[in-house]
Amino acid sequence: MTSSDRSPSPRADVVVIGAGVMGLAIAYNLAARGCKRIVVLDQHYLAWGASGRNGGGVRQQWSTEMNVRLMQESMEICAHFAEEMGINVWMRRGGYLFLARTDAAATRLARNVALQNRCDLPTRMISPAEAQALVPELETAPFVGACYNATDGIVFPWPFLWGYARAAQKRGVIIRTGTAVTAIDRRGDDFQIATAAGTLTAGRVICAAGAWSPRIARLCGGTLPDRPVRHEILSTEPLKPFLKPMVSVIETGLYVSQSLRGELVGGVSLPEEPNPDGEVRLGSRLAFLTTMARGLTEIMPRLAQVKVVRQWAGPYDVSPDGDPIVGELPGVPGFYVVCGFGGHGFMMAPVVARHYAAYLCGEAPHPFFEAWRADRFAAGGTPSPHREEMTIG
Amino acid sequence: MSRKVILCRCEDVTLADVQRAVKLGYADLEEVKRYTGFGTGPCQGKECLREVACAVAQASGRDPATLAPFTSRPPLSPTALGVLAGPARK
Repeated sequence: MTSSDRSPSPRADVVVIGAGVMGLAIAYNLAARGCKRIVVLDQHYLAWGASGRNGGGVRQQWSTEMNVRLMQESMEICAHFAEEMGINVWMRRGGYLFLARTDAAATRLARNVALQNRCDLPTRMISPAEAQALVPELETAPFVGACYNATDGIVFPWPFLWGYARAAQKRGVIIRTGTAVTAIDRRGDDFQIATAAGTLTAGRVICAAGAWSPRIARLCGGTLPDRPVRHEILSTEPLKPFLKPMVSVIETGLYVSQSLRGELVGGVSLPEEPNPDGEVRLGSRLAFLTTMARGLTEIMPRLAQVKVVRQWAGPYDVSPDGDPIVGELPGVPGFYVVCGFGGHGFMMAPVVARHYAAYLCGEAPHPFFEAWRADRFAAGGTPSPHREEMTIG
Repeated sequence: MSRKVILCRCEDVTLADVQRAVKLGYADLEEVKRYTGFGTGPCQGKECLREVACAVAQASGRDPATLAPFTSRPPLSPTALGVLAGPARK
């Protein structure tokens, strides 16, 4: 849909690098605010990267007030996305069920539930038996406690990209897919961005390249401390609807949901592999299939008969303290980053992009710009005050 | 007519769906796969990839030789979770 945009645009006000959900949503929000001359570049096609590879979970259960409130707002945007953008995003609000195997994890969940309740989220702690009432196939023996919020849900990620892309294009944004950035040079106050399809000049650059962000930052002499971590997902044959909530096990990082297409979609954390060069790895591993199969059949033994049809990998973009990295990159004025979301970038993009665009338009920055500032990792920087605990799937 | 020609039987993707995707600018099989969902069902494209490729070539006027197939994903054929999990362990 985007390769037809061949009109030359030698000078852009804003160049967004990365046409994932974050880049497209920022471009859309800027254009909706009346900004002109916005170009979005991507090395591949829409949905090739992590935005096209994630599990589509959208939840409001977090351990910090800022994240709870951000995700409440993001959920609102998601709930109205189809109507406003004219595209079906297959949203299903079946809730999120977190299961704890240990008392320590259950205690943490209870503390987070209390915080969420103070933010008017109807999460509640429930017993394993009550969890089984929600998910009749659930084996309760491994668990000591659980929490459930009925207003969380899942979406089909791809239409978010098409929806944002189409709405941005309608407002004049130029999206160039298949256009990798090969060099970024300073020309006075401007950036000169070289691509295989020619060179662009930009007043400001927004790096929304997810796990590829450190590579983009290096092109203009900046450094970013986030690292790519391979995460894998599988999808099963379609089944009749039986699984209402997204189910997640705190200790193992396993999660599984049933999409509106009927497939089970889920992933699990594997031990992080050594990756000294920060390479983005997208190959599939048998170890994931077997680990996930054991995890799933342990918590829902009846699933043993269900067939896996597909597995794939995507990169989590993980910062040193697990929190995102946003704002102007230290030492590179005019170069803005939005990365390090650690696997939660998709669900956070609608709200983060809304506030990011406001900030770029000169409005007072949302508090996340302070909490997630890029210079907190520099020598003498202030670490993120509240480390987020609910960093699963 | 094209609304009644089913190219991907797993996901009920019709010739009209593919033509519409091409009209919207999705010209590669990877993009058409994402936009229509073809090839994502139990057969994983084994039955429909060639048919959809022909339809994309025809609708876009591209030489079929320039159309690369989409990335094939493991497992080779649908495999039960119980088989992948192996015997129950105590």
